Amino acid sequence: MTIIEGRVWKFGDNVDTDVIVPGKYLIGDLDEIANYVMDGIRPGFAGLVSPGDVVVGGKNFGTGSSREVAPRAIQAAGISAIVAESFARIFFRNCINVGLIPVECATAGEIAEGQHVRIDTEQGVVRVIESGTTHRAIGLPPEVGAILEAGGLEPLLKQQIGGSQ
Amino acid sequence: MGMTLAEKIIARAARRDSVQPDEVLWVDVDMAMTHDSSGPRRFWPALKELGVGVWDPDRLVIVADHYVPAADVGSARILQTTREFVAEYGIERFHEAEGISHTLMVEKAYVRPGMLYVGGDSHSLTAGVLGCLAVGVGSTDMLGIVATGRMWLRVPKTIRVVIEGDLAAGVTAKDMILTIIGDQGMDGGLYRVLEFGGEAVAAMGVLERSVLTNMCAEIGAKSGIVPADATTVAYLADLGVEVPEGPFSDVDATFEATWSYDASHMEPVVARPHKHDDVIRAADAGQPGLNRAYIGACTGAKYSDLAMAADILEGRKVAKGVLLQVAPASRAALQQAMDTGVAQILMEAGAHILSTGCGACPGIGSGVLGPGEVCISTTSRNARGRMGSPDSEVWLGSPYTVAAAAVAGKVIDPRELLKVPA
Ligand code: SF4
Repeated sequence: MTIIEGRVWKFGDNVDTDVIVPGKYLIGDLDEIANYVMDGIRPGFAGLVSPGDVVVGGKNFGTGSSREVAPRAIQAAGISAIVAESFARIFFRNCINVGLIPVECATAGEIAEGQHVRIDTEQGVVRVIESGTTHRAIGLPPEVGAILEAGGLEPLLKQQIGGSQ
Repeated sequence: MGMTLAEKIIARAARRDSVQPDEVLWVDVDMAMTHDSSGPRRFWPALKELGVGVWDPDRLVIVADHYVPAADVGSARILQTTREFVAEYGIERFHEAEGISHTLMVEKAYVRPGMLYVGGDSHSLTAGVLGCLAVGVGSTDMLGIVATGRMWLRVPKTIRVVIEGDLAAGVTAKDMILTIIGDQGMDGGLYRVLEFGGEAVAAMGVLERSVLTNMCAEIGAKSGIVPADATTVAYLADLGVEVPEGPFSDVDATFEATWSYDASHMEPVVARPHKHDDVIRAADAGQPGLNRAYIGACTGAKYSDLAMAADILEGRKVAKGVLLQVAPASRAALQQAMDTGVAQILMEAGAHILSTGCGACPGIGSGVLGPGEVCISTTSRNARGRMGSPDSEVWLGSPYTVAAAAVAGKVIDPRELLKVPA
């Protein structure tokens, strides 16, 4: 079971991977890229985040290119989960594959910047600590949960391939 | 109960008799593609760590298209890594600066109807024009596929997109898909497969149809698919590939919805900066102070696109203050444009021909936009900063519309300049 607790950083609808990590930074290493994450819409974002914090977005979060450095950079900045009304599909896959927890929650828009949330991924519940309000989230299928539990697809592959050798 | 085409392909790949929407399954991938940006430079270190090689070098296509030609040392190193990977694992289907990956997958018939094809790029959906289920993924997914030939996927629901009627002269597949995106919103097809049909789709050639599947990425879809019909079969036969028509969705398959459109009502449209679903008639665009016109990308620089631009540009000149850049989607497209005189027309109009590749489309190649520059482009995306500076603006339109804007110095309905037969 995974419980996450952290401060909310709020974003809107259709946050694009071109905005999360602009193409011009793609040439660099992840550590360097992480410094600029979300810079276009929230200047200095990487420096503001504390480890364990949570990003809350609107509809179609992570739309755009398949660049996996987008969720990796958000994760490297210290974010442990993203709660959104819906996710762009490649971004959703990439989150799971890199071990950043995507939480699909239809009422994510009601959660406010600066609030603190407690997320129970197994129960599919997002609770706002300040108000006590709870929000229903879509639980992840067990096949996907297994990937997150392993810490991402790469660690899972290690277990699988290691196990068969 | 019947299955949709996408369900049939997934069922076979999952070695199952049938599948249901929303099931999560592990499937065997028939063909995979990765490029210089999302490819070996990202997953090779992890592949080494896993201690395995490429699961099947004959099922992996690698294309260097994003960083060609190398504009700086960093780009050159990415290309070196890509070449080293190809040599190490004996990848035969490797193409550097020969074309944009998605265009090559179609032009070289690397996919076949009924295949499950996975590419390490969001526009991998383009190949669905040949009747395969084409899905885009990120680098770690690609690592798993390269190592094992397998991936997990959630069975998508299918929406049927039926486009009847005839497109008027000067109205294109780009206008068609922008109209649909404007209508349904950029998340209107989220997690869905869009299966295209109807007279207007049947009437188009394969390359033109591929604009529809390409831009399914811009509506959030998992895939876009055009079941293989006589046109597909003839296109593949020209490339030396003999296949029958189909496979098709069963007549009693369950579609989540049907979107019906009448092509005869469609007009040239543009997407305004910085949202590709903010779509208006080209005629209503007003007068953005245009200084760039860009004909490029897997979406808008195939031979069919270059020929459209030439229809407008023949005997005309690009307006003062506008820079028209053309980055052909493949060497084959450029070669054909040279053979047919299209390239000559573009040159005489004042176009700058850039290298074949992604160019300025992702904001990393040559020809990117500076602050304050306003561009109209045949590409597929216009998020803030996509083609360069966050303070630049990108309008999206068809090759006709972009060429007409280059001549007029502002966005206009391209039919004003098109010699429409009376
Ligand atoms: S041309 Fe543009 S959209 Fe096509 S693959 Fe290259 S970067 Fe992506």
